[in-house]
Amino acid sequence: MKLRLSGLLNLTVAAVLAVLLTGCGYNDFQRLDEQTKSAWSEVLNQYQRRADLVPNIVATVKGEAAFEQDTLTKVIEARAKATSIQVTPETLNNPEAFSKFQAAQSQLGSALSRLMVVSERYPDLKANQGFRDLRVQLEGTENRITVARNRYIQTVQEYNVLTRSFPNNLTAMMFSYNVKPNFSVQNEAQISAPPVVDFNKK
Amino acid sequence: MLFSGFLMRRWVRLAILLRLHVLAIAGAALLPFAVWAQGSVQIVPQLTGHVIDNTATLNDAQRQALEAKLTAFEQAKGAQIVVLMVPNTAPEDIAAYAQRVGDSWKIGRQNIGDGLLLVVAKNDRKVRIETTKALEGAIPDLAARQIIDSAITPRFKLGDFAGGLEAAADQIMARISGENLPVPERSTSKRSNKSPGFDWTQMAVFLFFAVPIGARLLSGVLGRKLGALVTGGVVGGLAWLFTSSVLIGIIALVAGLVFALFASLGSLGRRGGTSVLRAGGLGGLGSLGGWSGGRGGGSGGGFSSGGGGNFGGGGASGDW
Repeated sequence: MKLRLSGLLNLTVAAVLAVLLTGCGYNDFQRLDEQTKSAWSEVLNQYQRRADLVPNIVATVKGEAAFEQDTLTKVIEARAKATSIQVTPETLNNPEAFSKFQAAQSQLGSALSRLMVVSERYPDLKANQGFRDLRVQLEGTENRITVARNRYIQTVQEYNVLTRSFPNNLTAMMFSYNVKPNFSVQNEAQISAPPVVDFNKK
Repeated sequence: MLFSGFLMRRWVRLAILLRLHVLAIAGAALLPFAVWAQGSVQIVPQLTGHVIDNTATLNDAQRQALEAKLTAFEQAKGAQIVVLMVPNTAPEDIAAYAQRVGDSWKIGRQNIGDGLLLVVAKNDRKVRIETTKALEGAIPDLAARQIIDSAITPRFKLGDFAGGLEAAADQIMARISGENLPVPERSTSKRSNKSPGFDWTQMAVFLFFAVPIGARLLSGVLGRKLGALVTGGVVGGLAWLFTSSVLIGIIALVAGLVFALFASLGSLGRRGGTSVLRAGGLGGLGSLGGWSGGRGGGSGGGFSSGGGGNFGGGGASGDW
């Protein structure tokens, strides 16, 4: 009888421990950690897609005789820089590497959009079917990047709220789970300033 | 005490780290709310059918023709195509708007996710084909652009909205038909809410876990034979209720009876931990409730989203 009672006690202790561990959000941390990782992978996936598209765009634009060399060089350089940064899921837990990576990608993004704006000035290029196709693909890729980044932002938000709310913050402390870095806008001042429209200049 | 000291050290380090992050994170977390707080993004319309025209552009006959075409296609191939016409999408651009609508509707079958959204912003003179990830192979961005350029733009320029949408629907359907997607289950198109498929493994799990526990309890109260009989009856009744099949009910009744007899035969010292056992029995019943809660799926006649569509930003925009 005594033996059985101690067995029952063990069982109860195990059950209580299990309940406590799930109650303090340990499992939620694991779930959301994996979710942020996979959301992050999707972001990388789409960035990769854009990087893969750049050589084709460059090749097509190069065919245009008098295309602005400066713009083109900037795209090539930005791509080289963006692809040279090694990213792993661990980048997520390293805010410094994260912001470096993000800076490189946003540089590529702005170089590309600059290229697209400049290309408007070249009627031959605009009429080129290959270039138009590439444009559509680039646009689709940029959309996908936006969606992937958006989903990452939401997942990280969920994770960070869990990390910082009571009583889960105690669990986070014990296992040293830190809040994860999120995307931010680099040129916030630039964006919030209204664009200058000057009709007199011709 | 040692442990709490350890915690304190951690806490100090973390507090510093946290403070560094708080500003950045709070800013990032507030960003979507800032957009919402402006309160200016449009509300996603109700998903009422395959064709939703909020601009009163199509007349009844045109709308019904398109609706019939898309409904027939969904019954034949399973993919859900929805055409949405709105006056404008301000303040968002059409891509962001279509993405938001797609995210909220989630059109496409449950485990396949084959949905496609065609948004027309009439006063903006913009159109967008938004594909779910499942259909990005069937309709890549370039193909979507081609459909817009060849079917929609020329007709829309002439003011022939119905013709443009019909032609676009034809091209989209042709492309999806070429994709190797699972066909919908024809025989069960009028699925009833009950028995979306009887799950034998869950039945077995139920028999192996819940029944012995329940049988012990019942035979403890009612005696072995009567207890076994009641257990069998309960199992049979539940099986009958959840599968709406008399045959399965009878099989479950016999199986439950045999199980209960065996279980109560092997029950030595059944007074051990009744409360634990009772909890187990209730857990078993709870899981049984979950088992009947299968998806309602296709409602009779009316259109509803399959709920499986995952829009990843694929598709193309165009104008006229």
